Amino acid sequence: MGQTIKKKKKFVVEITVDECKGCGRCVSACPKGILEMTTKVNMMGIVYVEPAKEGCVGCGACFYACPEPGAISVYEIDEADE
Amino acid sequence: MGRKLKFGKPTGFFDVFDRRPGPIKKNMHYCPGCGHGILHKLIAEAIVDLDMRDHMVVISPVGCAVFAYYYFDAGGISVPHGRAPAVATGIIRANPDSFVISYQGDGDLGAIGLNNFLQAANRGENMTVCFVNNAIYGMTSGQMAPTTLIGQKTATSPYGRSVENEGYPLKVSEMVAALESPIYVERVALTTPANIMAARKALRKGLTNMKERRGFSLVEFLSGCPINQKMTAQQVDEWIEKEMIPYFPLGCFKDIAAERKPISRPKPTFDKKKVLNALVSSAGITKWGAKSTVLRKELRVKCAGYGGQGILSLGMMIAAMGQSRDINVSWLPSYGPEMRGGTANCSVVLSNNVIGSPVVQNTNILIAMNQPSMNKFLPDLVDGGILLYDSTNIAPPKTDRRVYAVAASDIAIKLGNIRCANSAIMGAFAACLKGFELEDYEDAFEEAIRQTFRKKKELVELNIKAFHEGRKSVETRNV
Amino acid sequence: MNSNHRLLLKGNEAAVHGAILAGCECFFGYPITPASEIAHAASELFPKLGRVFLQAESELAAINMVFGAAASGKRAMTASSGLGISLKQEGVSYIATCELPAVIVDIMRAGPGLGNIGPEQSDYNQVVKGGGHGSYKCIVLAPNSAQEMCDLTILAFDLADTYRIPVYVLTDGVIGQMMESVTLSEPKPRKSIPEWALAGTRETRRNVITSIYLAYDDQEKVNLRLQEKYAEIARNEQRFEAHMIDDADLVLVGYGIISRLLISAADILRRKGIKAGVLRPITLFPFPKDVLRSLAKENTSFLCVEMSNGQMVDDIRLSIECSRPVHLYTRMGGNVPSVEEIVNESVKVACNLTIES
Repeated sequence: MGQTIKKKKKFVVEITVDECKGCGRCVSACPKGILEMTTKVNMMGIVYVEPAKEGCVGCGACFYACPEPGAISVYEIDEADE
Repeated sequence: MGRKLKFGKPTGFFDVFDRRPGPIKKNMHYCPGCGHGILHKLIAEAIVDLDMRDHMVVISPVGCAVFAYYYFDAGGISVPHGRAPAVATGIIRANPDSFVISYQGDGDLGAIGLNNFLQAANRGENMTVCFVNNAIYGMTSGQMAPTTLIGQKTATSPYGRSVENEGYPLKVSEMVAALESPIYVERVALTTPANIMAARKALRKGLTNMKERRGFSLVEFLSGCPINQKMTAQQVDEWIEKEMIPYFPLGCFKDIAAERKPISRPKPTFDKKKVLNALVSSAGITKWGAKSTVLRKELRVKCAGYGGQGILSLGMMIAAMGQSRDINVSWLPSYGPEMRGGTANCSVVLSNNVIGSPVVQNTNILIAMNQPSMNKFLPDLVDGGILLYDSTNIAPPKTDRRVYAVAASDIAIKLGNIRCANSAIMGAFAACLKGFELEDYEDAFEEAIRQTFRKKKELVELNIKAFHEGRKSVETRNV
Repeated sequence: MNSNHRLLLKGNEAAVHGAILAGCECFFGYPITPASEIAHAASELFPKLGRVFLQAESELAAINMVFGAAASGKRAMTASSGLGISLKQEGVSYIATCELPAVIVDIMRAGPGLGNIGPEQSDYNQVVKGGGHGSYKCIVLAPNSAQEMCDLTILAFDLADTYRIPVYVLTDGVIGQMMESVTLSEPKPRKSIPEWALAGTRETRRNVITSIYLAYDDQEKVNLRLQEKYAEIARNEQRFEAHMIDDADLVLVGYGIISRLLISAADILRRKGIKAGVLRPITLFPFPKDVLRSLAKENTSFLCVEMSNGQMVDDIRLSIECSRPVHLYTRMGGNVPSVEEIVNESVKVACNLTIES
């Protein structure tokens, strides 16, 4: 049987925990509700945000809403899906 | 499986914020949820994407963004409160190849620096102003700003801003859009993702205008200050949407960049010949005589009359005559409002030695062109001094000094222009100088007249005529 | 220089000629009597040579434009008088702290308040002692002729670059308004862009110019560095003109227009048998302390003549550590003392000297 290899775009959002100031702007900005405030504190003593589930669509809303330069990064993952 | 960064720290930021003192080198100094951080990110991204970074100076104002230079990998300068547009003007006028972002808060721009801002806008300076309007003073901890809303409580409006006491909040974008010079004015908000994207676009438009040298762009960013507003970031965004935007509506107020030609500034010249030519030609000296004059002693001359009689020019002509014969001269006017319609006088010293005081108090020669001036200065005339006066309007004085009367105004009127009376009386002065062994005085004075009237050439011949009439008409009268 | 480069100029105009000869690229100013001819001449001459003339909206704006132009590595200047200088002090403090070169011409008029437009020397303290906030100083040059208005403005730009410091050309309304012969010197080539400048280039992109240091120790370091610089300037740059001081019992001290009156007065005093001499400070900061100290011998007395309320006299007393009497004669309000007045005052001082000894 002939198989077609279909490329599907997948994204992942990463929080640099020690650069997060816990303002929650990214949480409100995410259209998919992926990001959540944790109950943990980072090196600065601030309660920070983490992705709570998968499903990032790579829109960048969280990145632009975040006032810190390097606290949020969004990556595009290339993977072959059968 | 590969992974590619789609959104991450813009390269317009330094990777590590080494300029920031203390242990924290990756974060900015702003409070959690602050709108400055959002805008900084948009700027850091845009100056690289638009390839403007190498030429860019980002101004750090007084206010929360005072340390903006910690972060941007671009030129940085911290400036006095409110003066960002003036400093920016200095930078881009001195070096039109550079770009400047005048980053300013509402206090900086709308209060202490409003004039500097408006004037730069009105000059159409090629700059982009990023105006952060958060309706409050952040750095000094929550005082009232020019853009604080009616009823809004701040550290200095604890009962709420009132129309009666503080007036309505300042609508900066509307005001600037009403000016002719600015090319682009837009108000955006750093709140929802959609608004932030609109802000990103507006910023890039402003920067592109600057890159194309089309002039002055203003982008006003409604921005949250959660800490001073005592709200969460989410609450402050809601407050902006519900309270601020109705008063400060979002949108583009002006966009005429396409209609404007790029600004071009001249290139300065330092060519020695051109520099000297420019200086010499404006001073208007074209001819120099030999040192043919022998002054037996220093001559201290006072010219006096009323403002419209050309008293200062008279003194200047005498000084120019001396200068052209290599005599040391000084000319000192009574300057200021007096000369605009009141009495005017000037002191001229001619000497073969270095001139000490240029202020003539002990006068050798007094040239008086009206009665009050003669009355005022005659007592200063030294023993052996000479008085020259316009006998058209001055009664013969009682004095034991040598006196020359010349009907200078009459001569001038006969020649058709009362304004050459000063040259007529200078003719009398020249006649007096015969006694001081001025050999080629006629030529010297004619040159002086040409030089003094170099910008009004049509008056040269008239004044030369008046000069000779005055010289001939001198009558000696020892009273 | 051929004689065609000898011009009849007002002191104010001569300052602009000097600036252009020095390669100044930018003039930012605001009108004020009796300094306005500086802006007039600059507005005519700078554009002729493709250089920048801009009338600012205020003195504050003008000095901050100078701040920006200086930061971008160009020779820049402004000019004003008394009350305008008061407004500029904010910017001068920043320029001094950021260690940028700039030139400011102050043609002093009568104060305080609005005062009048007559000549005074009452900006001495606000110009020589810093004037704005913080522990800074500026080099201050005090011309007394139109020629020096030109030459010392050129020197001002050179010193400003050498020490990265604002330099004032400080004089009174008489010197600014007076017209005299000025011989132009050779024009200087364009200043090369210093490595610290914000020149809008890749090479200078990472430069930063600031005067805010949150850490107290950092701020103190800046202050100490400035003080070291001022000490170096005080060692190297004292300038003065002396007239018959070698055997003088009475040293007349004055700057600007006063110094010229003092020379006339000293000549008269010598004819009267009084051994008078004149010491004219050309630099007011640094004050010519060394020469004053050397003059403070037994039997020497000083007479300071100022058109202000006794501002420079303090510096004379400090220079000689009050080791000899320093008398003061002042006129204010726009009045220039006559040579006669100065002679009379000198005779009084000299008579007391005789009685003393």
